[in-house]
Amino acid sequence: MNTAATPARAPARPGGAFAALVAVLADIARTPSGAAGLILLSLHLLVAISAPLWVPYDYREVNSLLILSAPGAEHWFGTDHLGRDTLTRTLLGGREALLVTGVATPVAVMWGGFTGIFFGLTGGRLDDLFMRFVDALLSLPWILKMLVLIVTFGTGLEVFIPTLAFFYGIPIIRVARAATHDVVARDFVQAARARGHGRMTIIGRELLPNVRDALLVEGAMRWSWMLLAFSSLSFLGFGVSPPTPDWGLMIANARGYMSFAPWGVLAPMIALSSLIIGINLTADALAKTLGVDRAQKAPV
Amino acid sequence: MLEPATRPRLEAGGHLLNIRGLSIGFTGRSGETLPILRHIDLAVGRGESIGIVGESGSGKSTLALAAMGYLKHGLNVIGGDVLFPDRDLFALSPGQLQDIRGRRLALIPQNSGQSLTPTLRVGAQLTETLKLHSNTAPERQAARVTELLAKVRLPDPHLIAGRYPHQLSGGQQQRVAIAMALAGEPEALLLDEPTTGLDVTTQAHILELLRDLAAQYGTSMIYVSHDLGAIARVCERVVVMYAGEIVLEGATRQVLSSPDHPYARGLLASLPRLTGSHLPAALDGIPPMPGGVGGGCAFAPRCALADSQCREQRPGLETTERGQRARCLRSARASEIPIAPAPGEAGRRPAIDDDRAALTLDAVSIRYARPTPLARLLRRAPAAATVSDISIAVIKGQTLGLVGESGSGKSTILKAIAGLLPVENGAISLPDNQTLAAEVERRNPSQLRAIQLIFQNPDESLNPRQTIAEIIAQPLRLYFDISGAELRRRSVEILDTVRLGAHYLERLPSQLSGGEKQRVAIARAFAAQPDIVLCDEVTSALDVSVQAAVLGLLDTLRRERGTTYLFVSHDLAVVRTLSHRVAVLYQGRLCEIGATARVYSLPSHPYTETLLSAVLEPDPDRAPRLAAHDAVESSPPAAGCPFQRRCARRLGAICDEQAPPWRDAGGGHRIRCHLPLDTLQSGPAPAV
Amino acid sequence: MLRMIVRRLLLGAVSIGMVSLIIFGGVELLPGDACTAYLEREAQGKLLENCRAQLGLDRPAWERYWGWMSNAARGDFGTTITGRERIGKLVGDRLLNTLLLTGCAMLAGIPLALLLGVVCALWRDRAVDLLFSSLAIFAMTIPEFISATLLILVFSVWLGWIPGIILTPADAPLIEFFPEILLPIAALAMVMTAHILRTVRSSVIETLASDYAQMAILKGVPYWRMVFRHILPNALLPTINVVALTIAWLLGGVVVIETVFNFPGLGRMMIDSISDRDLPVTQTLALIIALVYVGVNLLADVLTMLANPRLRTHKTRSA
Repeated sequence: MNTAATPARAPARPGGAFAALVAVLADIARTPSGAAGLILLSLHLLVAISAPLWVPYDYREVNSLLILSAPGAEHWFGTDHLGRDTLTRTLLGGREALLVTGVATPVAVMWGGFTGIFFGLTGGRLDDLFMRFVDALLSLPWILKMLVLIVTFGTGLEVFIPTLAFFYGIPIIRVARAATHDVVARDFVQAARARGHGRMTIIGRELLPNVRDALLVEGAMRWSWMLLAFSSLSFLGFGVSPPTPDWGLMIANARGYMSFAPWGVLAPMIALSSLIIGINLTADALAKTLGVDRAQKAPV
Repeated sequence: MLEPATRPRLEAGGHLLNIRGLSIGFTGRSGETLPILRHIDLAVGRGESIGIVGESGSGKSTLALAAMGYLKHGLNVIGGDVLFPDRDLFALSPGQLQDIRGRRLALIPQNSGQSLTPTLRVGAQLTETLKLHSNTAPERQAARVTELLAKVRLPDPHLIAGRYPHQLSGGQQQRVAIAMALAGEPEALLLDEPTTGLDVTTQAHILELLRDLAAQYGTSMIYVSHDLGAIARVCERVVVMYAGEIVLEGATRQVLSSPDHPYARGLLASLPRLTGSHLPAALDGIPPMPGGVGGGCAFAPRCALADSQCREQRPGLETTERGQRARCLRSARASEIPIAPAPGEAGRRPAIDDDRAALTLDAVSIRYARPTPLARLLRRAPAAATVSDISIAVIKGQTLGLVGESGSGKSTILKAIAGLLPVENGAISLPDNQTLAAEVERRNPSQLRAIQLIFQNPDESLNPRQTIAEIIAQPLRLYFDISGAELRRRSVEILDTVRLGAHYLERLPSQLSGGEKQRVAIARAFAAQPDIVLCDEVTSALDVSVQAAVLGLLDTLRRERGTTYLFVSHDLAVVRTLSHRVAVLYQGRLCEIGATARVYSLPSHPYTETLLSAVLEPDPDRAPRLAAHDAVESSPPAAGCPFQRRCARRLGAICDEQAPPWRDAGGGHRIRCHLPLDTLQSGPAPAV
Repeated sequence: MLRMIVRRLLLGAVSIGMVSLIIFGGVELLPGDACTAYLEREAQGKLLENCRAQLGLDRPAWERYWGWMSNAARGDFGTTITGRERIGKLVGDRLLNTLLLTGCAMLAGIPLALLLGVVCALWRDRAVDLLFSSLAIFAMTIPEFISATLLILVFSVWLGWIPGIILTPADAPLIEFFPEILLPIAALAMVMTAHILRTVRSSVIETLASDYAQMAILKGVPYWRMVFRHILPNALLPTINVVALTIAWLLGGVVVIETVFNFPGLGRMMIDSISDRDLPVTQTLALIIALVYVGVNLLADVLTMLANPRLRTHKTRSA
C-alpha cells in the first residue's frame, strides 16, 4: 500500500531526441559521481579531438640529447627513451583508441541488439541452438579470440573495428535477448499480437522503446571494456604500430625504464585510467537515471 | 468523549495500544515533508478487534506497521507517539523492541509467500519464534510446532513443518504465518490484508480461523483491509481512513449499515453485492496525493455535500448523533447520500436479445504442457488438458460472465479466443460459420478487428513508452488506415466515450491514475469498433470506488453499441452486476451455465454453491458457509468430475470415473453433476 | 533434482562439443592453414608439403577433427608445429603454474570479497562502504596491465620488497615461485575481489529490502541473527554464479598478468604460441581454457541447485 516513500520519478516527456538527451545528461550530472564521470569523459573527448592543434611538440620528434629526461619547464612530463615529449604523446595517445572503440561500440550495440531481439522474439529450437553457440563463443577468453584474428589479418583499423564490434556484440545479444524476453511476456506485447500487428511493427513500436535503455547502458559498459581490450592488445604489442602514440604501447615501452623514469608510465596510466573510470561512472549514472537494473557481470 | 457503547471493553482492560496524534511522512524531492499519516488517534483495548479500512494510498498499512514501532525506509515520525501499553514504541531501544515484537505484538503479513524466509524450513522458522519469544523448553519445541500448525488447521502438520515455504500453497503459507504469529502468544495481532490475493473459499476459511483463535485467546486484533466484507466478519469496531486521516470510527454494524461520513457511504455504495443485481454507484474523483491536501476537508473535492466551508475549514473528529465519530462538518446530512444505488437501474437487463450467438466455442480444449519428445517416446500418458471440452455460445449484445478461482482456466480460454494460445481440439467461431484460425497470425483483418481484449492490469497492458495518443492510434491505423487530423479527431472522440478529455493524448501511462489507465485500455479496445470484447479481470487491480466507475462505463458502452462481452472474474459479486448469463469453471471444466439470476440461486452445482457461500458481504449478520475444504489443486483429475476431490456432496466412485452428465434445469440453465436436479434443488450441503 | 543435474551435465557436454567445433572450425575458416601461418612467406613447395604431411593436413577436415578430439580425450594433444615437442608435456607444467597463481588469487580474493561485500551492504553509505566501494570501482575498471605495473612500481621499484619480474623456469617446483608470485596474485585478486564485492553488496542490500527481512524484524529476531539466518543464505546464493563467471574471467586476465610479470604459465604460453603462429598449441590452450570455463560454470550451477531449496525440492502444490 505504501509506496509513497519513494516518490515516482517524473516520467520522461515525449519530445525531440535532443531534448531527451539533454534531460538524461542533466539527470546524470545530478549525482556527484555522474558529474565527475561526465567531466572526465568530455575532457578526454575534447582533448582527443583538438590536441593535434595545440600540443607543444611533434610526437615523432626524436631528440637523442633528451633521452628519459625528468619533468621540467620544457617537458612537463619528461621525455621517453627516444627523447620524445611525454606530454605530447600522452595527449595524443587516446585518439586511436577512442576512434576504434567509438566506431566499434555503436556497431556492436546495433548488431548484437537486433540479433538478440530477433532471437528473443522468435524463441524455439533455433533460439536454443544459437544461444549454445553464443555461450560457446563466450567461453573462450577475449584475448585469444582477438589475437588469432589480428595475427591472421593484421593490425590496421580495418581489422580492429570489425573484430571488436563482432566479439563485443556477442554478450550484447544475450542482454538484448533477456530484455526482450521480459518485455514479450508483458500484456502490451500480447495485446499488440492479438490486434494482429506484424512482427516488425511489434519490434519497432513495442519492443525497441522498452529494450533501448538496457542496450544503451550495456553499450556504455562495453565501450569501456573495448577500450580496455584495445589498450591491452596495444600493451602486448599487437596494437597500433609505432611511432603512432598510444597509451598501451607507451606504458609497455616505458616499463623498462620505470625504476629511474617513472613519469613515463605514470602519465599514460593516469590518462587511460581516468578515461575508463569516466566512462564507467557515466554508465553507472546512466543506468540509475534510466532505471536499468544492471546486474554485476564479469567482463567475459 | 468516547462513547461507552462503542468501546465496551475499555473500562475492563484499559488500553493495550494507544496511538496519540501520530503523524508520519517522508521528505519529498524538493525537501518538503509530505505526510502519509496525519494526527491519528486510535486506542485498542485488550481483547478488542478493530478494523482499519481504506483504499490504496490511505495510509492504512503504514499505520499497521507503525503500531509495531516500525517504519518503512524513508519514512519518519513527524509527531505523536504509539504507547504499548504505556511506553512509546518509537522511543524504545532495538533490544526492547525485539522483546515486544513477536512476543507481545505479532504481525500477520499481507503476502506470506514473500514474508517467509525461502531458505528456511517452515518448522525452523516457527522454532525460531518459540526460542526467542516463549518459555517452551527446547525438547518441547518440536511438539509445540506441530501443535501450532495443527491449531491453524493445516493437514499433516509433521510434513508441513519439514517443508520449505515455496512448497506450500498460498492458503497454507498464510496459515503458517498465522501459526508463527501465535507462537509467542501475543497480546495483540496486527493483520495487514491477510487474505488479499487468496481465493474466496480460502479467504473464508482463514477468516473463520482468525475469528475462532481471537475468541479462544482473547487476543486484540488490528485488522487492516480494503475489504469491508472481511472486516465485517472479524471486527467489532471499524476505523475508515482517507488520505492519511481517520475520517470515521464506530461500531462495525453501524458503520456498515448507516455510516455518518460521506466517503464511507460512497464506499459502501460502490461495492457490488451478491444479493443485488444492480450496478454499484461510482465515487467520482481520486484521493489526493501525499501533501496534496489543502486547508479544508481532504474529501471535499469528491463530496456531494461539500460547500465553501468544507473547502476552507479542516473538520475535526466529532461524535455524531448515532455515536460514531466522523471527521465531517456535514455529518448530520450524510444520510442524504445513498449507500445503495437506486433500484431503477436494475431494469436494464433485457438488452438487445436476438438470440444470435456472437461467438461460439465448440468443445474447446487447450493444453499448456506439450508432451516432451522423451515422454512421447516412452508413450507416457499425457497429463489432463488444462482446459477441456468447453462449449459456450455468447449471445450478441449480452455479457457472459466466466467465474472461477485461480487455476480454473478462465483467462486461458480468453487467450485462446484471442489467438494467443493454440486450441488443441474444438472450434471457436464467429457468426456465419466463420471458424477462427488458432493462431492470430492466420486470422483475417475483419476477424481481428471483431475481437478485442482488455487485460487485468493496465500497467502491464499499456506500453509505458507510448503516449496515450500513440496507444489509441494503433488500432485506428491498423484497422481503418487513417492518419493526420482524422486520426486525432477520432482519438479525441474515443477518449471522450471513456470520459477522458483530449488533454490526455500527450500524456504517458505513468502520469495517469489506475482507473484512468484502465479507461485508456478500454478506449483502445473500443477504437477497433469490436463486436466482441474479452474482459480479463479488468477491475481486479482497481480500488472499489474506481471499480464501480469502470463497471458502469463498460455496461454503458455495451448498451450503446450492442457489443458482446465475455467477462472473466474471480469476484462473484462483480460478475453478477454485469452479466446476463454466467458460466462457472473449475479446473478448466465447465460446471454450470445459465442466466445470472438462476445460477446465483438453487439448484446449484456443488462447486458454485461452495463459491457463493464463501463470499463475504459487508454485513456482520451474514456468515459465510464453508461447504468444502480449501485445498488448492494443481492439476485436474484424469477422469470423472473435476470437483471430485473437494466436493462435499460426493456420491462415490462414479464421481471419480465418469464424466458427469449435463442436467437441464430449464431456461437454458444447465448443471454438470451426477446428482439429480431435485437433490441439487434441496439446498446446501452440510458444512465441513 | 537428479534429472536437473543430469540435464545440466548434458548441456555442459554439448557446450564443450560446440566450443571444440568453434576452435577447429574457426581455424578452418580463416584463410590459409596452420602451415601457411607458421611458414609465412616460405610457405611453398617442399617445405609446405612436409609440414602439411607431418600435421596430417592432407586428410579431410572431419577426419582431422575427429582425430584431434579423440586424442584429446585421451590426453594426447599432438606435437607443436615444429614437431619437436609434445604439447601435452609442455602444457602440463604451465597449467600447474597457472593453477597455482589463480588458486592463490581465489583463496585470497573470494573470502575477502564476501566479507567486504557484506560489510559494505550492512553499513551502506557509511564511511566503510564508501571507501571499499570506491576502491572496488577503481580496481575493476582500470586495465590489469596498469594495476600490475602500478604494483611493480610501488612494491618492487620504490619499496624494493619483492622482485617485479619472475625468472623461475616453468618446470621449477611450485614453492620456488614464492615470494615473487605474490605480486601477480595481488594483481589478479584485486579485480576479482572488486567484482565479487560489488555483487555481494547489491545482493545483500536487495535481500535486506525483502519482505522476509522485514518480517524477521517484525517478529523480533535480533539483528545479527537476522543477518546470518535470514539474509546471508538468501543473498549469497546468487553470488555463486558470479564467482564462477569471475573465475572464468581470471583465465583471460591471467594472460595479461603473466606477460607483465613474465610468469611461465598458460597465459604467456598462449601469447607466445600466437606470436610464433603455432596453431596446434593455440588450439590446445583454447580447448583447455574452454573446458575450465564450462566446468566451473557447471559446478556453480550444480552447487546452486544443491544449496537452493527452491531448486532442490519439488513444488508439491502450486500456489
